Amino acid sequence: MTSEIILQAIVTGLMMGLIYALIAAGLSLIFGLMEIVNFAHGEHLMLSMFSSFWLWSLFGLDPIFSIPITILLMAFCGIITHYFLIRYILKAKMLIQICATFGLSIFIRSIAQLLWTPDFRNVDKPLLEGRLEIGSLFIGQPQLIASLVCLMAFIGLYLFVTKTETGLALQATAQDRHAAEILGIPSNKMFAIGWAIGLGCVGVAGGMMANYFFIFTDVGINFALFAFVAVALGGFGSIIGCLYAGIIIGLVESLGGLLIDPSFKLLYVFVIYLLVVIYKPQGLFGRY
Amino acid sequence: MKILSVENLSRSFGGIKANDNISFTVDEGSILGIIGPNGAGKSTLFDLITGYTKADSGKVHFFEKNIFGLSPDKISNLGVGRTFQKLKPFADQTLLENVMIGAFVKEQNIKKARDKALEIIDFVDLIEKRHHFAKELSTGQRKRLEMARAMAIEPKLLLMDEVTGGVDQKTIPSLVELIKKLKKTGVTIITIEHNINIIMEISDNVLALDQGKSIAFGSPKEIQKNKVVIDSYLGTFDAA
Repeated sequence: MTSEIILQAIVTGLMMGLIYALIAAGLSLIFGLMEIVNFAHGEHLMLSMFSSFWLWSLFGLDPIFSIPITILLMAFCGIITHYFLIRYILKAKMLIQICATFGLSIFIRSIAQLLWTPDFRNVDKPLLEGRLEIGSLFIGQPQLIASLVCLMAFIGLYLFVTKTETGLALQATAQDRHAAEILGIPSNKMFAIGWAIGLGCVGVAGGMMANYFFIFTDVGINFALFAFVAVALGGFGSIIGCLYAGIIIGLVESLGGLLIDPSFKLLYVFVIYLLVVIYKPQGLFGRY
Repeated sequence: MKILSVENLSRSFGGIKANDNISFTVDEGSILGIIGPNGAGKSTLFDLITGYTKADSGKVHFFEKNIFGLSPDKISNLGVGRTFQKLKPFADQTLLENVMIGAFVKEQNIKKARDKALEIIDFVDLIEKRHHFAKELSTGQRKRLEMARAMAIEPKLLLMDEVTGGVDQKTIPSLVELIKKLKKTGVTIITIEHNINIIMEISDNVLALDQGKSIAFGSPKEIQKNKVVIDSYLGTFDAA
């Protein structure tokens, strides 16, 4: 095995890792804010990919141009999810919360299968296609742009949460919603904003992946599993932890598949998850 | 002018009446001290006034506005600040960020909110600690942090729950001075205290609670001489 192949695997892993990181960041933000795990995160990703697909299919909008619309649609979806489901289970027992979001995932997937059938679709001839050759490296252009957009979105999210008024209010609500309310911060509004941003992140990732991934109703399942691993590895509620964890998972998946056996590449990721749960359950940067 | 009027405020938890028909008023610019043994319902009273816990019945007027049943954030936005007995700093954020979060209620501009927060941090004498995470501060410093954070919302009425509780004896005088300094800024204060000497020193009026009921209300001198208060709470306190 040559060093070029290993380098190729590293680059591929990094690009995938940045996408995992952004998906996980949305999940982590929602969990950090209200301690609710969104088991429908994968289905939200699927919706964002279908949003890009239908905007292309019906209106001829290339995914790269429909990204803002997809983000807005997903943010709106987040607000709807909060106001019509989540706010009723905020004080409920954890099992009820799990059932609610898990039920939501089944509901969304079933509706999607009813409306769009389980067929595989793809965006034909998107603007982003082809590959770059850098020395002996081959980098898919859509994958590269998708990962860079995800990285930019991640940086934007981080700056928003740490540097803006609303971001600080979100952090305050995440740490102690009652103390935040006493300072005039409406927690219900913050939760809705959290869901909007969380699913907005998924909108960016899903919209960009629509350029090169098959789009079908079960597409989100594996990504959601990786996002859960990333959140656990990075630390529940830690956004920056998701970046490191996403990259680690991308690299492990890619290098494990290359160096050991590609058919077990999912296994390597979940071995990491088990090791984290056993030896460092709070994750790399977590506070839970 | 009355800044706060509480009328027949009640709240039960199961069969226990935590607050039973509590009534009192607070004059603008004054300090009302609340005393009572553990479990008297002092902190619950704060919870009811600030909307943190919903009252079963009663009326609460802030100036002329009925605030009964409003959510904590709405009551806060009207100008009612609060600190907690069990401290609730945003531990993973710096002192400056903690206070800025409060400042954002009235000031949306980040730079102005930051300047205002720094001014308040200076007021509570913690300017050198402004970049420290809240979790790194001592109990006394976290008490000041909570006061600073509550002040940042520019409250007209500030409810302080055992500011001197759990801090070392050396720190107490400076916290008392801080309360006096705060009063001079025109803020009306309601403070819960176990240290009876402090209550008598700083309060214009004192409300005594016992087993959820109001047993006395009056000036510190009147309270010191009140037989019911002496029997139920002050004990052998020297009324002279």
